[in-house]
Amino acid sequence: MDLQTTTYIWVGATFALYIGIAIWARAGSTSEFYAAGGGVHPLANGMATAADWMSAASFISMAGLISNLGYGGGLFLMGWTGGYVLLAMLLAPYLRKFGKFTVPQFIGDRFYSKSASTVAVICLLTASLTYIIGQMTGVGVAFSRFLGVSNETGIYLGMAIVFAYAVFGGMKGITYTQVAQYCVLIAAYIVPAIFISLNLTGNPIPQLGLGSNLTGQDVSLLQKLDEVVVQLGFGQYTTSVPANSTLNMFVYTLSLMIGTAGLPHVIMRFFTVPKVKDARTSAGWALFFIALLYTTAPAVAAMAKMNLIGTVNQGAFTSADIYAADSALEYDKRPDWMKRWEVTGLLKFEDKNGDGRIQYYNDKNAGFADKAEAAGWKGNELTVNADIIVLANPEIALLPNWVIALVAAGGLAAALSTAAGLLMAISAAVSHDLIKNIIAPDISDKNELMAGKISMAVAIVVAGYLGLNPPGFAAGTVALAFGIAASSLFPAIMMGIFSKKMNKEGAMAGMLAGLGITLFYVFAHKGLFFIKGTGYVDMIGGPNSFFGITPEAFGAIGALVNFAVAFAVDKVTKEPPEHIQHMVEAVRIPRGSKAVDGAH
Amino acid sequence: MDKSAQAYWKAVLGLLTKILIVWFAVSFGAGILLAPVLNTIHLGGYPLGFWFAQQGSIYIFIGLIIWYAKAMGRLDEEFDVHED
Repeated sequence: MDLQTTTYIWVGATFALYIGIAIWARAGSTSEFYAAGGGVHPLANGMATAADWMSAASFISMAGLISNLGYGGGLFLMGWTGGYVLLAMLLAPYLRKFGKFTVPQFIGDRFYSKSASTVAVICLLTASLTYIIGQMTGVGVAFSRFLGVSNETGIYLGMAIVFAYAVFGGMKGITYTQVAQYCVLIAAYIVPAIFISLNLTGNPIPQLGLGSNLTGQDVSLLQKLDEVVVQLGFGQYTTSVPANSTLNMFVYTLSLMIGTAGLPHVIMRFFTVPKVKDARTSAGWALFFIALLYTTAPAVAAMAKMNLIGTVNQGAFTSADIYAADSALEYDKRPDWMKRWEVTGLLKFEDKNGDGRIQYYNDKNAGFADKAEAAGWKGNELTVNADIIVLANPEIALLPNWVIALVAAGGLAAALSTAAGLLMAISAAVSHDLIKNIIAPDISDKNELMAGKISMAVAIVVAGYLGLNPPGFAAGTVALAFGIAASSLFPAIMMGIFSKKMNKEGAMAGMLAGLGITLFYVFAHKGLFFIKGTGYVDMIGGPNSFFGITPEAFGAIGALVNFAVAFAVDKVTKEPPEHIQHMVEAVRIPRGSKAVDGAH
Repeated sequence: MDKSAQAYWKAVLGLLTKILIVWFAVSFGAGILLAPVLNTIHLGGYPLGFWFAQQGSIYIFIGLIIWYAKAMGRLDEEFDVHED
């Protein structure tokens, strides 16, 4: 059976499964729509959280970025897992005890102010929308390859499917569908990794394969990779730090960690478990299921890099001269997967020296220019979009068609499950926190659901539009969303639990200051509201002018500003009323937790 | 807040501090700041700093949450604030 047919069958079968589950678990009430009725087992909740969490960025984009960055890519791995430790200990159990089901509700009640709740809605919408842009970028990549269409068409298709899917199900449907999606995406990630690890190192466990010797050679995979990339003018794989700044890597990791703990669609998950105890263990289960993919990703990254270089330069695997003219791959003899990806425009070849062969090296490295010149190379000729590495990986390793098809299904599962979860968070924020609690308190259940669905539609159109002109690779764009969540929501929630005396003025000023300064820095680099050409990076003294910190990493700084401003304002305004302080005391103790109260 | 609730909260904060120290040490410490030094040591084919950044810290994070959930369960019982 040819690849296209196999892919249709796999993707079709998994979609049928999701739709079946969604029908079986249709939401009847608003409480079920938003919080799955509060009765989901921690194990199932852990899997659903993992699927919700592991988006197109994790599945499709992350390993590609690590592949490019080498050691420094570890910031994504540590950042996106370490945040769960914070979430499990600092937020989840207390928010569950609090017993409401959205983040703005917590902020509004804890800080006894509808304005505070409105500020939280704004922060939530900014973070979630930015996050969805990253998803749509990933969806575009997956669909364009799977259907052999352009990236743009892929995004339009993705928009339609994500919308139909999220509107239909509600949280209960989404939770159970996500369990199925987790199974699909994890299988799709690990199966090819096992094959590839076995091929390269003879060890079937990718986590161990990455630390093993290459088959038939007395040199470890990582050491060989280090040698080869250095020979091609790239930075050493196991030590290179992005932007050559350890400080930036440190701050970036911190931003992703506190952003993870502050992302509303992840926090919402912990409202859906039965007890406070379950909120603690659910985070552990979630991290376990996430770790299966996250510890495999570095192996996928390094092995894909090795295979890619080995494909275009035969000298890489053997110890032959990689500068020799006949070591580079002839364009006419390129493998089928290259041809397939050329169609999407995400892989490009340009024969700069006109020898009909593909030279792939780092032409931005000035110290390497002489060597390239001597070898007759006139610039790097192969551009590979980092977002295609995972999807192309099984093709690069020449794995059977069913594995390639499975990966396509997995990538779509990852993107769909996260986009659906995000749309839920957005729709809850608009219909419940904004309309029901602030603008029109006597809105009927039915109209509230309708308002939620309309806000999903608007969110998806905006995200799709910006996904066509994304501010970066899927994982980079998603990182921006984390920065926004880190600088606005996390500090406010944490202070709400850990500081009895924090008042509404402090919390609001903190959120606005944190969000404001982060957006100011991000928009300076990426354009106002991510619209190309409206950046003002020269005004702030050039790119990364704040101690060399990149906009993706700025969230941690924003969070510090948030904390500082909040405590300063808190000092000069009056302390919160007695009953609020009692409420905080009650939230800290597990006893007396009630089922989530849906309607209010 | 009555006495036992205060003592409970103090015990919780003590536990959180311990866990956060380990959390920081394995990721920001071993994975980033000390990585260049640790890379001189090898764990199989892995340079150790690289291993912490791309593998080790994740395993330890899972361990931390298990530790936390267990220790909190014990504290809840000890101070009699557990759910029914």
